[in-house]
Amino acid sequence: MSEHKVHEHDVLVIGAGGAGLRAAIEASGMGVSVGVVCKSLLGKAHTVMAEGGMAAAIGNTDDRDNWRVHFADTMRGGQYLNNPKMAEFHAKESPVRVLELEGWGALFDRQKDGRMLQRNFGGHRYPRLAHVGDRTGLELIRTLQDHGIHQGIDFYMEVCVTDLLKDGGKVVGAVGYDRPTGEFHIYHAKAVILATGGVGKAYAITSNSWEYTADGHSLAYRVGADLLDMEFLQFHPTGMVWPPSVKGILVTEAVRGEGGVLKNNKGERFMFNDIPENYVNQTAKDPEEGWRYVTGDKTAHRPPELLTRDHVARCINREVKEGRGSPHGGVFLDIAWIKQHIPNSEEHIKRKLPGMYHQFKELAGVDITKDAMEIGPTCHYIMGGVRVDAETQMSTVPGLFAAGECGAGLHGANRLGGNSLSDLIVFGQRAGKYAAEYAKNNSIGPLNKKDAEDAVQKALAPLERAANGDNAFKISADLQATMQALVGIVRLQDEMEEALPKLDELRKRAKVVPVSGGPAYNPGWNLALALENLIDASEAITRSAIGRKESRGAQFREDYPEKSDEFAKVNTVVRLGKNGAMELEHVPIVPLSEEQKAIIEEQKS
Amino acid sequence: MKTKFKIWRGDKGAGKHETYETEVGEGMVVLDAVLQIQAEQAPDLAVRWNCKAGKCGSCSAEVNGNPRLMCMTRCSELPLEQGVTVEPMHTWPHIRDLVTDVSYNYEQKKLIKPFKPRKPDAPDGTWRLQQEDIDRAQEFRKCIECFMCQNVCHVLREHDKFGEFIGPRLFIHVAQLEMNPLDTEDRLEDLKKRDGIGYCNITKCCTVVCPEHIKITDNAIIPLKERVVDRYYDPIAKLLRLIGVGS
Repeated sequence: MSEHKVHEHDVLVIGAGGAGLRAAIEASGMGVSVGVVCKSLLGKAHTVMAEGGMAAAIGNTDDRDNWRVHFADTMRGGQYLNNPKMAEFHAKESPVRVLELEGWGALFDRQKDGRMLQRNFGGHRYPRLAHVGDRTGLELIRTLQDHGIHQGIDFYMEVCVTDLLKDGGKVVGAVGYDRPTGEFHIYHAKAVILATGGVGKAYAITSNSWEYTADGHSLAYRVGADLLDMEFLQFHPTGMVWPPSVKGILVTEAVRGEGGVLKNNKGERFMFNDIPENYVNQTAKDPEEGWRYVTGDKTAHRPPELLTRDHVARCINREVKEGRGSPHGGVFLDIAWIKQHIPNSEEHIKRKLPGMYHQFKELAGVDITKDAMEIGPTCHYIMGGVRVDAETQMSTVPGLFAAGECGAGLHGANRLGGNSLSDLIVFGQRAGKYAAEYAKNNSIGPLNKKDAEDAVQKALAPLERAANGDNAFKISADLQATMQALVGIVRLQDEMEEALPKLDELRKRAKVVPVSGGPAYNPGWNLALALENLIDASEAITRSAIGRKESRGAQFREDYPEKSDEFAKVNTVVRLGKNGAMELEHVPIVPLSEEQKAIIEEQKS
Repeated sequence: MKTKFKIWRGDKGAGKHETYETEVGEGMVVLDAVLQIQAEQAPDLAVRWNCKAGKCGSCSAEVNGNPRLMCMTRCSELPLEQGVTVEPMHTWPHIRDLVTDVSYNYEQKKLIKPFKPRKPDAPDGTWRLQQEDIDRAQEFRKCIECFMCQNVCHVLREHDKFGEFIGPRLFIHVAQLEMNPLDTEDRLEDLKKRDGIGYCNITKCCTVVCPEHIKITDNAIIPLKERVVDRYYDPIAKLLRLIGVGS
């Protein structure tokens, strides 16, 4: 192992998006040594693509808002499968975490009284999202990045972790390679925080960047951690559908938050036709009331376009399936119509949605201040992930923590828009704090040199195979096609059972994938190594989805279209069985406290 | 249509253009074509990219000699029949194929004095700000760190003033700090002495290439230069400083 560089840290953070950076800042502030490993350059993580805002019940724009309302909204959105302790921590702590960013240099949009402005988003009862136009993710990541570089943290940019290292039952480090050189690094640490984001590259139509290859999910799974609720994969209702090369790129929910409406090819505003029972009391009766809501009238209810993402995505799917879709297989999202209400609507739209204006103008040749956008559902976010303790974010494996999208529990069956950026900073902070405490209270376990060397050799193996057979890009495309077609937005038992042997076959192909070229900055090799992670996560999604025989939140089963009382009481867990196969277990949901029950009741009206 | 892409291939500066032919379909951007070539013909073709939506600034390159984000350059804008040339940014040390070493930008940023806020305005620890007072700093915070402004700046590109001149990206970083109404730090001496703002002779190349349309020269560099001039070269201010009045 002497030829590999060894780095020692109290806390190793894998991932430098919002959760990873916030965790690193917290741990470093507690006086422990912190290393952050990230696959891309600093500041390029998927967080940078988040547009709309971060949810925090500060109550600036509507003083009726508070943590109790946010808690109830989050639980309702998650169909009560959320870990209520996490939902409570999140609702209580997100205002503190958001306001703290201002002290680190973030500049959020303001309201007239000089306080932060908050914006409407789906599933949130009141305007709640602190934001900066439609580039909130950039503001978050840049603030954390610029603050973090002065905190004495060691950053390892463009390093990809391929395996975790264990000593007995606990995690003691990681092995990774430097992308520019192909050299291997060994990280020896007392605690490891996974903050690797999601799994979206398992799907053909996705809003996710190349990095979203389920690394944290699979790393955790392979060292024996539980993965929770992997069937719940969110399809964002509004991705671009045209031209083909931009298919999947996100159109922020803020378009609807600012008054954008959904229409079919008959020009009908179809969202009024299907309002779920538990939202009837909180939804506008007609377009006029919906408009009053988005323009700040506190007596009005939200328009149906701002119902939860799973519901909106399914309504769009239905319109398309029943022949009322747009020319390229989506529906129309129209913000230009607000000119009926606002005299200078073009300037208004450009100011509120500058990123969207440019994105459509430059990539689709559409001026959104004049014409409707064509949009459709795109794979966006996984609610499922590493099962963690609500308070500490530690997984079921000692020394291994997870935060952000690769952790699970906060969002239940469906995530509300804006709850992701706040999740990152609330649970990033908690993971950093408790990982640092764990590091202070535990001595460092020994590194097993043979395990480390085995990990290096396993990673190098594809480079030594003769270059015949399918390359990693072909296997990845086949995986994406399989998951998109068989375990997508509408699910059926037969189709998912058909997916399982296909995944086995893909795993076999991935194990022998040949790679041409050397280890230095070789995307073909990098993707070949990511395939194992993507296939692990795909299998977890598929098995969990087969196991949940009901429709709830982000999971829609055509063969079980209703919610079931039985499945209302359980979360899904998958883990690596002793025989090497994936095991599935349904575990009782975390019960609500009496106070939490009372809050949910009081917020139902 | 079938289009020829001449892509720079090689390691650490040594290399040559390789020509690949690929089908360009409707709406494709240059990054789509490069990734298509990678998937179908050259799996080890090194290219840095993340979001493919103009938000992360990773895929900067020189397309037909012009610095561009590959993800925001539509193939239909280019004279495809003549072929498309794609090269790495020329100013940075070359790593491999289209990827360069941009670590200079990260190192320089560490040297800039961080944000230092004034005391909160309200007892709850929050501040009060008017939107019109933060519009300018927000303009600079739109920067996606694609480093194309750095890449085209002749002070770095032709005169190699690395270590003496931080460059336009870092000037707008300083500007957003200096123009943040909450900030109390003073960076003018650093700007003049260490950061080399005097080297900028306002050719506006940086502004021209900015994919975020930030008015780097007019709104950031010139006002910073003016502040430096007011501080260090205004004779009246100098006199007042000598007798202990003003900063």
